Amino acid sequence: MTSLERSNLRNGLMFCAPWLIGLTVFLIYPLVAAFYYSLCDYSVLLPPVFIGLDNYVDLMKDPLFWKSLYNTAYFAVGSVGLGVIMSLTLALFLNSKVKGIALYRTLFFLPSLMPVVAGSLLWLWMYNGESGIINNGLRAIGIHGPAWLADPAWAKTAIVIMAVWGAGNAMVIYLAGLQDVPTSLYEAALIDGAGFFQRLFNVTIPMISPVIYFNVVMSIIGGFQAFTQAFIMTGSTGAPERSTLFYVLNLYNVGFQDLRMGYASAMAWVLFVIILVLTFAATKLSQRWVTYDR
Amino acid sequence: MASPNPLNRTNPLIHLPLILLAVLFSIPLIWLILTSLQPREQVGKIPPEWLPRQHYITLQGENIPVTPPAPVGSEKVLVVPSGGEHPGKPVLVDPADYQDGTIKVSVQVADRVEEQRVPAALQQKVPGNFVIVKEWFLSKYTPHEARIFYVEPGDVHVKIKPLFGNFPEAIRALTASEKDKARPLSELLGKSTFPWTRKGDHTKTITFLTYLSNTLLVAILSVLGTVASSSMVAYGLSRIEWKGRKTLFNITLATMMVPFPVLMVPLYGVFRSLGWIGTLLPLWVPAFFGGAFNIFLLRQFFLTIPGELSDAARIDGCNEFGIFWRIILPLARPSLSVVALFQFLAVWNDFLGPLIYLTEPDTFTMALGLQQYQSQLGGSEWHLMMGASVLLVLPIIVLFFFAQKTFIQGISTTGMGGR
Repeated sequence: MTSLERSNLRNGLMFCAPWLIGLTVFLIYPLVAAFYYSLCDYSVLLPPVFIGLDNYVDLMKDPLFWKSLYNTAYFAVGSVGLGVIMSLTLALFLNSKVKGIALYRTLFFLPSLMPVVAGSLLWLWMYNGESGIINNGLRAIGIHGPAWLADPAWAKTAIVIMAVWGAGNAMVIYLAGLQDVPTSLYEAALIDGAGFFQRLFNVTIPMISPVIYFNVVMSIIGGFQAFTQAFIMTGSTGAPERSTLFYVLNLYNVGFQDLRMGYASAMAWVLFVIILVLTFAATKLSQRWVTYDR
Repeated sequence: MASPNPLNRTNPLIHLPLILLAVLFSIPLIWLILTSLQPREQVGKIPPEWLPRQHYITLQGENIPVTPPAPVGSEKVLVVPSGGEHPGKPVLVDPADYQDGTIKVSVQVADRVEEQRVPAALQQKVPGNFVIVKEWFLSKYTPHEARIFYVEPGDVHVKIKPLFGNFPEAIRALTASEKDKARPLSELLGKSTFPWTRKGDHTKTITFLTYLSNTLLVAILSVLGTVASSSMVAYGLSRIEWKGRKTLFNITLATMMVPFPVLMVPLYGVFRSLGWIGTLLPLWVPAFFGGAFNIFLLRQFFLTIPGELSDAARIDGCNEFGIFWRIILPLARPSLSVVALFQFLAVWNDFLGPLIYLTEPDTFTMALGLQQYQSQLGGSEWHLMMGASVLLVLPIIVLFFFAQKTFIQGISTTGMGGR
């Protein structure tokens, strides 16, 4: 090792020191500890007692675990799917040269800035079955609306709709992607006689597919962490009939209400593995249709 | 080129779907703001009313806001006291309180409520289904004044006018301490349960300002912490060639996939063993040790700065820290503000962290305080709840209009929205 290499190593480690500590204390240690706790009976108040794979075995037999997993998958798929369609549509409309685009962009973007707590309170009020603005609006056009958050068949959908309202965030990302697509490609497609949908599916979407891919992966990871909306709008039990009991909500109840931290850690690790698998699967899938070269 | 295609980039027909979508997206926000400006009795009407309306009676040439006429629960008598605090002003009392030409009046004397008998003349009996105007507008009150007045329905008129009083009332309502939980809700909301008097404010240790300053404290410290530490680490990962930096960078990227809920149980254990549960420390100290996403973002930017700048400084005798501090950081200002902004938003919006780590109301952040308030009310007082929500959103909206460019740039270059 030359003296330059040595001084570089020293400097590099010095600059990275905060992160090396942070990584160890706030990420790697908790991750490893969570795995150890997941093999233990642990209540925080008493030292953990090793019980092997019991927590995982119990988890597989726990109907609430499966229920919360289903609820979360429903929410993640619904909100990411509809969210992508909505944000792409908005971005396609806004990628034009007519007047007032900046105003529209602001109007679509503002809702995504809403703090989750405030947004949840607002939608709780709007979804009110009797005096809520949504059902009264539907009544005005002759539709008898459901009880939304009080109806097990609609509660999840209601939370998905609220999530789609925050599509402005992804819209900004897609808009930036669209503006980078060279116009020459569209001109070439026009000369070849491509119609609107041909241009959309053969030029626009392939050109921004890396952006879509990245955003979808991050949104699914985010979707699996849904907690606050349900906690505020339907309570920590995930009412009605546990139809909004999301995975993290269940994890919170098990860990911080029932103090079954070992069991909660097993749930945490299962969540971690699910996210890893999803990301890996998305990467594999993306190799088939994401276009990285320009 | 004239095209019938509505998605043509210059076709003005594009406004039609855009306006429709903009209306749909804006309705919730408009509804939030309008509800927060409505008086209590207007909230929850079927069909809903949009514009805030206030009811008034005109007394001695002055417009006094009142709650609209409501049926009296039981028969009352209208009497005119000839003594007491306000002789000559007609008041409505229960028949039981009017005996032998005197009425029983409760008067606040210093911190006590005293009962007095005041001579009064009977004007008329008011049947149970008559209308009265209940409660004056709160700020109009002095603690001594009677609050129920008999008014003919025709004397009441309506004006479209926003009620800004909901905001101070929401702030007062959020001012809840542990002791407050045992008190009746009506008192918590600053409304007297007894119609004649209004009790003086209880001494409160925890106020809305406590929640606000807690939130700001956490926000400022974590912004400072993450900007300082993440930029240092990003420098180490991009501007210095050292063995292992590639590995560390790959690990950093991988950790972006580990969500907080996976770590929260053992992290709780870590903070518990440090004795930090119930304090704000777990919410800002980790920021001083860098964040994977912020490091990634800043590293990508630092890589675009030409290496010659560092070399030139090195020849001039500048050490690594000097290069970082005097050359790289000033150039990275736009990226640093993106990191600072997103961190601020993350703290301001965070709910799960405060929920787990904070146990005492005097350490609550705004988001947690608002949720606690909501769980006490359990689906009522929407005007106050919306007022409080506006107070939570407003700083973010103001920030957006001042730093619009940073927001849009940050989101579109990072592909994430500060989440």
